[in-house]
Amino acid sequence: MNSFRSFQTATLILLVVGILLLALGGYLTPLSRLALSPFIGAQTWLSSRYQAIRDLFTSPRDVAQLTQRNTELEAEVSRLEAQIIELQQQTAELDVLSALLDFARAHPANEYVSAAVIGRDPSPFLHYVIINRGSDDGIRRGMPVVSAQGLVGRITAVTAGAARAQLISDPSTAINVRLKPSGAEALLAGSITGELSLEAIPQAAVVNAGDLVLTSGLGGNYPPDIVIGQVANVRQRPVELFQTASVQPIVDFTELEIVLVIINFQPVDITPLIPAP
Amino acid sequence: MVVFLAIPLLGLLVILQSAILSQVRLLNGTVDLVLLVLVAWSVQERVKTAWHWAVIGGLLISLASALPLSAILAGYLLATGGALVLRRALWQRPLLAMVTATFLGTLITHAVTVAALQLTGTPIPLTQAINIITLPSALLNLLLAIPVYAWIGDLANWLYPQEIEL
Repeated sequence: MNSFRSFQTATLILLVVGILLLALGGYLTPLSRLALSPFIGAQTWLSSRYQAIRDLFTSPRDVAQLTQRNTELEAEVSRLEAQIIELQQQTAELDVLSALLDFARAHPANEYVSAAVIGRDPSPFLHYVIINRGSDDGIRRGMPVVSAQGLVGRITAVTAGAARAQLISDPSTAINVRLKPSGAEALLAGSITGELSLEAIPQAAVVNAGDLVLTSGLGGNYPPDIVIGQVANVRQRPVELFQTASVQPIVDFTELEIVLVIINFQPVDITPLIPAP
Repeated sequence: MVVFLAIPLLGLLVILQSAILSQVRLLNGTVDLVLLVLVAWSVQERVKTAWHWAVIGGLLISLASALPLSAILAGYLLATGGALVLRRALWQRPLLAMVTATFLGTLITHAVTVAALQLTGTPIPLTQAINIITLPSALLNLLLAIPVYAWIGDLANWLYPQEIEL
């Protein structure tokens, strides 16, 4: 009985060793491939189905994450765009202030107070602007207002914190001007459309398109030699006493943002000197 | 109480008018938001403070405008009076009253303004003023008349709730 068991054991060991040797020698590969292929196929099928099911549940979460990320990026883009606009605005303001500084340096005799234009006259018939500086800042009635380009107007009403300035384009404006290079004196008048015209130019004066229009200082309302604009065209009729001309203003009154008020100029009131009719 | 409400409301409109709307131009015409609100308020059926609002509106506009106070007040009071007359005449057609009052109100306020400026020595060519200021302004005012009427109508209904007899 014992010898039979020993024989069984020895046979089993030999069988196992034989199979191992056959496997190590590669003789069992086709057999193992044949045996494993159904398992591999089944596992591949199962794995792909599992992957598909997992994707089904996890993909929406990815879309949600992507949507959230997209929203974050869009917010970032908006923030950066706003920053760009703000910087562009600051650059534009810097340009205006730089030009105003240049103007102030070019006219060192004058003292200036800068002011922002915060409103316009509600009536479409009048050309006035409201600025954010008033008597607290030393602004008084009659003071001239200029921009980096040239003459804007003069102060007509003042409160503690704001003032109203009449533009030179206002229909009630009348400013004594001098033309360069001819040196002829004339009267600048505004209109309801905002166009400027020259009146009372002597017939003998030689006036051409392109001539410079400057304040003459006569009348005492404005300091002399502030640029107003250029003569656009001249109308001369022999039957009339004076020539007239239209003027292209150097200041764009629709785009006024910051102005300078000349605070050391005292307008002269010549009303008592005008003879009563 | 309703009279005092006019001060912040019309004050806000004057700021809006001076800061923004005066720069929105059709030719040289601009919309007159204060006039529109005064007219819309006047044509509301149960409103009893139209004259008060007109005076407050005129006083507030005079703070921003270089026009003589008397001219502003006269223009708004006449426009309000016209709107009240139209309210009685066209009581079944309040929208028609609003549109008509807006057009007439624009003409009246501009006529008063031109007269005042002429009296103070400002030369105003009449034909040019009508063509490039008054008619464009009237068009802009008419465009905004209906929305302003609807808004003021809601305000009037809120302030003067309709009494229901049980």
